Amino acid sequence: MTSAGRASSLVVALFLLAVPAHAQQLVADLTDHLVAITTGFHGAAVTLFGAIEGGGDVVVVVRGPERQTVVRRKSRNAGIWLNTRSVSFANAPGFYQVFATKQLDQIVPVNLRQLNEIGVDTLKLPPVGRPNQDEVPAFRTALIENLQAEGLYGHGTGRVEMLGDKLFRATLAFPPNVPTGTYTVQIFLLRQGDMVAAQTTPLIISQTGLEADLNEFAMDQAVLYGIVAVLAAAVAGWAASLLFRNA
Amino acid sequence: MEIYLPIAQVTQDVFVLLGIGLGMGFLSGLFGVGGGFLLTPLLIFIGVPEPVAVATSANQLVGASLSGVITHWRRGNVDVKMGIVLVSGGILGSFVGVQLFGLLRRQGQIDLVISLSYVILLSTLGTMMMIESVGAILRASQPGARPRRLHQHGWFHRLPFKMRFRRSKLYISALLPLSLGFAIGILSAILGIGGGFLVVPAMIYILGMPASVVPGTSLFQTIFITASATILQAVTNQTVDLVLALVILIGGVVGVQYGARFGARMSGEYLRVMLAAVILAVGAKLLFDLTAPPGNIYSVAPRLE
Repeated sequence: MTSAGRASSLVVALFLLAVPAHAQQLVADLTDHLVAITTGFHGAAVTLFGAIEGGGDVVVVVRGPERQTVVRRKSRNAGIWLNTRSVSFANAPGFYQVFATKQLDQIVPVNLRQLNEIGVDTLKLPPVGRPNQDEVPAFRTALIENLQAEGLYGHGTGRVEMLGDKLFRATLAFPPNVPTGTYTVQIFLLRQGDMVAAQTTPLIISQTGLEADLNEFAMDQAVLYGIVAVLAAAVAGWAASLLFRNA
Repeated sequence: MEIYLPIAQVTQDVFVLLGIGLGMGFLSGLFGVGGGFLLTPLLIFIGVPEPVAVATSANQLVGASLSGVITHWRRGNVDVKMGIVLVSGGILGSFVGVQLFGLLRRQGQIDLVISLSYVILLSTLGTMMMIESVGAILRASQPGARPRRLHQHGWFHRLPFKMRFRRSKLYISALLPLSLGFAIGILSAILGIGGGFLVVPAMIYILGMPASVVPGTSLFQTIFITASATILQAVTNQTVDLVLALVILIGGVVGVQYGARFGARMSGEYLRVMLAAVILAVGAKLLFDLTAPPGNIYSVAPRLE
């Protein structure tokens, strides 16, 4: 976290405290609502900060854009490992992390966790079509474990830091391979096993600059992009042959 | 220094990519082949997704082969007529290949097909080259060996639609180069190769072209076949990463110059033995990856419509 970010989060948090106490029990925001992926992108961190009124515990759930995801399993056929079985899941988030002030099971009852999908084990991942029901759990576990290995799903729970008994802060870190799209950051305030307040704030992760333009170009005007790609390579090759003509 | 590749959507070290380009270019200049058959597997090894590696190799080869063909053109070693016939077949082939590629990708079998095709191609080719070049070295050590005939006459020389190729001093059926081009076009689309390592032996042993016009004509047809594969991949699968292609190309064009100079000081037979060894090594590595138990039998990917 940069010192400027820290200062601004503190200023905003102090400002929030000035709001009359009965107004809101939970107020939170991000230092940035846009994470830009540029040429040298190797991950980013966004700070979530806020204030609570009347004590309690804070749980934060960060969810990436959902998309249909297919999990394939290899098996050995004639000495070669090849994809033989697959199960598709309708709306797996591309990124999923939970942050909390304490251990999840100490502050959130199981029914509330399931209702709000708090914790990787509570993710609702409905399979597409009619796969063999006995196989689905193994594929579901594989989906979660593979994405955890890629750093896209959290191992356990991240930390929400309390500063005194009103202010809180959490650092949301995103790895370099983070999918682009619209994220939601849900903040829950819990008191004695009850959810007393909740807030949702969006976060957009997108490519910017030349990379973004290129990607958009490649997707939206594929024919032209293909022609440009060929011409660019041809010009580079031709320029090289001129450069080395007398070498 | 790291660079974010917009289509592959991964971050890679620029110097690793330049190094790969340099190495490919060196081999390409040394052996007179495009190097696509080594580039695609290498990109996959460093973590570029298979479909992007294939499509981007094709894009990179457009530049690399254009750069190479200019030298041959100046010396008049390009049989344009033969090239055009090959390309006509090739464009048809790459159209079929790209459709096949998309179909296999949706079924989750594209990685297998890419690896398996490479294993078959590389082991066959590597073995043939090894036998041929070791044989040539042994023959050269025996004085008074009989010179080989220019080319054999087989059933395919009786096919219709005969055409005269002046520069190659040939009068053969146009169906022959047309179907050769068609096959290369399919392979180019599925494997991201220019096909130089297949076209060159086919031109010599099947078509019977004189050795002087073979490299130039092979590179000439490679430009158009890879260009067509690039555009079709961009349209059908959106997997051409221009940034990746250009970085590798920069390394490649420098490497070619050094490879060519190094190659000029070595004898052809020994070069072919070395190339055969490289080809067999890549094939063996791919075969090992296919047959060794994978670390994780599950893989996750966004589902394509």
